[in-house]
Amino acid sequence: MNTDNTLPDPVTMILAAIADVAPELEPELADLDHDVDFWTELQLDSMDHLSVMTRLATQAGRDIPERDYPRLTTVNELCNYLGGGH
Amino acid sequence: MNETTATDAAVDSFDYLLPSLGADMDEGRVVEWRVAIGDTVHRGDLMAVVETEKSDIDIEIWHDGTVDAFLVPIGELIEVGTPIVRLRGSVERSGPFGAPLSPTTVRSSSTPPPTAPSSTTPAPPKPARAAAPVPSRVGDRVLASPLARRLGAERGLDIAAIAGTGPGGAVVEADLRTVKPVEPSEPARRRTPATMRSLIAERMSRSNREIPHYHLARDVDVGRLEAWLVERNASRPITERLLPAACYIRAVALAAARHGEFNGSWIDDHFEPADSVNVAMAISLRGGGLVTPHIEAADQRSLDEIMATLNELVSAARSGNLRASWMTGSTITITNLGDAGADLVHGVISPPQVALVGFGRSRQRPWVVDDLVTIRPVVTSTLAADHRATDGANGSRFLATIATHLEHPEDL
Repeated sequence: MNTDNTLPDPVTMILAAIADVAPELEPELADLDHDVDFWTELQLDSMDHLSVMTRLATQAGRDIPERDYPRLTTVNELCNYLGGGH
Repeated sequence: MNETTATDAAVDSFDYLLPSLGADMDEGRVVEWRVAIGDTVHRGDLMAVVETEKSDIDIEIWHDGTVDAFLVPIGELIEVGTPIVRLRGSVERSGPFGAPLSPTTVRSSSTPPPTAPSSTTPAPPKPARAAAPVPSRVGDRVLASPLARRLGAERGLDIAAIAGTGPGGAVVEADLRTVKPVEPSEPARRRTPATMRSLIAERMSRSNREIPHYHLARDVDVGRLEAWLVERNASRPITERLLPAACYIRAVALAAARHGEFNGSWIDDHFEPADSVNVAMAISLRGGGLVTPHIEAADQRSLDEIMATLNELVSAARSGNLRASWMTGSTITITNLGDAGADLVHGVISPPQVALVGFGRSRQRPWVVDDLVTIRPVVTSTLAADHRATDGANGSRFLATIATHLEHPEDL
């Protein structure tokens, strides 16, 4: 998927991680406001949270320390955090 | 009954029967084969995906052999006990008895009876020849294998009314197959597959009708636990981090091992303690409803192992890939409301279990430490227990033990 050493677009990556963990939510993701706390919006629980974060950390090739969780609640926040400028 | 499961003679082929994957399952359909004709298979391999009213469940093979034939078409609704696949091979007759909680059983295929008995879990070895089928009692006590008692209780069957074919006329697991559950409205369920909601309604109504519940609650200061988790997780990659739920499971498992009167089944008017602490977790499904797969021998597992298993169970539950062996044989249940949940839960016990432990959300509360009011994160733990098996005094001690474990996370 990632043959040229560049990460996929962070938004795509984030939405794909959510859809991967919660396939039932996929139809809702297209309309998801990227500035709302999607964990609450989509009723994701702590296990979902860990699963999504684990996928993102693995794909991005970096750790996401727990202390950063509180400021990673929206798609845009995550996008900035992972993409660093995208 | 013609049960040939336990014969020592090697057979050339044998049939696997559709197992019952829970107290409320009496039919299902194979929706996917995970093996192909001619495949060499080994004990523990996935054989098929079976759709039940609650979810899709992976069925495991408990013998080595070669897949000879599929005996039912994909998607056809079949009753529990129907032969579904034929295996061939010279078979070590160790299994399925060596495999606790194995969902399947084997029988010689020479005379496959149309309504063959099957096992939800392996029956203990027993003589191949069937004793005369007469109900047998010793005094007031019905002769029955522990497995038959537990499964009978799970299915709501009256063991005393069943003619036993085991040693001395004891009721054994296979005999349960001849009996229809006394409770659920079968015709209605047959015509329209019961929804998750009606299954829950049925099971919880039965629980409330049969079990005299008592409820206790105890607030637990989880400040140390949460601080310990933050510190521990900070030094670990995300794949090795723990959630509080893993600690709750471990604490309850250790307490259940110590207070055995909460770990087991109420069957046939008495409590039967379980040999193993199989802690079931209530896992909510996004489409609504919940399933309760268990972590086997949770008291024997480390926090890391419990966390890994929990992860596996939750993702399997939500993707419809639960394994049969996770679904039967639970000895106690936990419901964890999580941080988005309510403060406490008054649980409903899942029969024939005798206890359910609940955890509410963690919230900042005023708390008195050394005569000073301070603010601590507090979780309310609750116990719903069966008054036939225990009293509030036992229950209070059980909750106190759980609290002590959670207050000393470094020892978990």
